[in-house]
Amino acid sequence: MSALLSVDQLQSGYEGVAILNGIDLHVDRGETVAVVGANGAGKTTLIRTLGGLLKPRAGSILFDAKEMAGSASDRVCEAGLAHVPEGRQLFATLSVEDNLRLGGHLNRSRARMVRNLTRVYDIFPRLGERRRQQAGSLSGGEQQMVAIGRALMAEPILMMLDEPSLGLSPIMVATLFDVIGQLNRDGISILLVEQNVAESLAVAARGYVLENGEVVLAGTSAALLGDDRVRRAYLGL
Amino acid sequence: MNELYVGALINGLLIGAVYALIATGLNLIFGVMRVVNFAHGEMVVIGMYMGYGLWRLTGWPPIATIPFALIGLFAMGYGFQRWIGNAFVARPQHVQFVLYIGLALVITGVHAVIFGPDPMGIQSAASFDVYRVAGLRIDATRLHAALAACVLIALLWAWLRFSLTGKALHAAADNLLGARAIGIRTNHIFALAMGMGAACAGAAGALLAPLYDTQPYLASEFTLLAFIIVIVGGLASLPGALLGGVLVGVAEAFAAVVIEPSAKSLFSYGLLIIVLVLMPQGLLGGRQGAGR
Ligand SMILES: Nc1ncnc2c1ncn2[C@@H]1O[C@H](COP(=O)(O)OP(=O)(O)OP(=O)(O)O)[C@@H](O)[C@H]1O
Ligand SMILES: [Mg+2]
Repeated sequence: MSALLSVDQLQSGYEGVAILNGIDLHVDRGETVAVVGANGAGKTTLIRTLGGLLKPRAGSILFDAKEMAGSASDRVCEAGLAHVPEGRQLFATLSVEDNLRLGGHLNRSRARMVRNLTRVYDIFPRLGERRRQQAGSLSGGEQQMVAIGRALMAEPILMMLDEPSLGLSPIMVATLFDVIGQLNRDGISILLVEQNVAESLAVAARGYVLENGEVVLAGTSAALLGDDRVRRAYLGL
Repeated sequence: MNELYVGALINGLLIGAVYALIATGLNLIFGVMRVVNFAHGEMVVIGMYMGYGLWRLTGWPPIATIPFALIGLFAMGYGFQRWIGNAFVARPQHVQFVLYIGLALVITGVHAVIFGPDPMGIQSAASFDVYRVAGLRIDATRLHAALAACVLIALLWAWLRFSLTGKALHAAADNLLGARAIGIRTNHIFALAMGMGAACAGAAGALLAPLYDTQPYLASEFTLLAFIIVIVGGLASLPGALLGGVLVGVAEAFAAVVIEPSAKSLFSYGLLIIVLVLMPQGLLGGRQGAGR
């Protein structure tokens, strides 16, 4: 049985700057995996490359037995790999419901738009109450719900979340990690990028530590939480 | 005397609706891509030649050219943007300027080669048709053109507002990164915006064909006209394009009766300057994004 997502020697970056220098990682079906690292480690670059927003320079991205390296984001999303981007990136002047509907525009999910909307409103009742409100007028926490709901509308097999807890209150962060755990129990595999190391390793089974575009440490969450370097650098212990 | 002014008002309103269609296209392109289509007037002239050509070949009124102008200019705008323009969307504005000015020069050059520099007018008995309403004479060609323009603008608004693809245009204008993250094909969306904007220009050209003698160098006047309307109404505002189009149409028509026909651009520039001084964002401008 091969992994759902398997990334092999992935190199990527921006015009003239190499950021990722050969990343190896995998996510099995049904797993929650965390990627942690300091500012500028290359976490967002990794997620954007996996999501088809950046073209890799080398390496392979095998998702659901299909090669995705070099594919644009529409093909990646159609394959069932959803992206909740850093900073939410909502359509601020459109209504909450329009944001969600646009998330469901893909061929893989379009036919079940109404059912999927109901499902998102079941998970996030607040969004149901605010469906006609402009997305830009919501609170930070509500906006993060829209970003996750928008990705859910595409019926993903694997959801990548890039720092979803950024800028949220502690209570909101706890709710958010509960939701992520619930989505995983509902059968969605999760790749979670976070600076919030303790919380993300608490929901994830395994994790990778990224530094300067390289995986410097990998293992089960328990092993990482027990590792001296992780404790010193990320947990302040 | 009074009748003269009422007549000018009506004529201005009618031609203003066609102007609004031109400006709506320019605004749609700008609203979605933040790209200024300097070849917009040239696209209007393509529509005019299509209207003229169809009339020469079949004798049909230019309004019958609308489907051809819509399809032809849509295909041209879509193809140009998809295969050439999209590579320039993220480039600096002066580079885009060169690209779209280049397109404008090519179109005008092609027109000059095919049709020559001489004005070509449609002479038909139908151009003297009038409707009489409450003692007023309303030019039938203008009325039909205005109605067709209003229908097209309404259809475009409805499509942008209610269809999922229309919403994807808003989405791309609003947050390009977010749009790409959820798999919206932004290359296709940009090409759609250019195609629809070009189709507006082409259809307006077909409607103008019986009203103006067509010649290649009219194009820059239309481009300028569309800019004035868009700035008066508000950049990227679709209702602004409608309001601006009608205001400029009426201003021109009054200039023609109050001073003389050649003074018409004097009034539209006057309007532009007044608006720029009093409301730099344009009358309905200020909010960003397509179709707001
Ligand atoms: N558009 C860009 N062009 C050039 N360099 C970039 C660009 N975006 C990011 N970088 C650089 O790439 C490196 C990695 O950035 P990235 O955003 O992937 O880090 P990150 O791990 O997500 O950090 P954070 O936790 O702050 O979000 C940084 O040094 C950054 O300066
Ligand atoms: Mg980041």
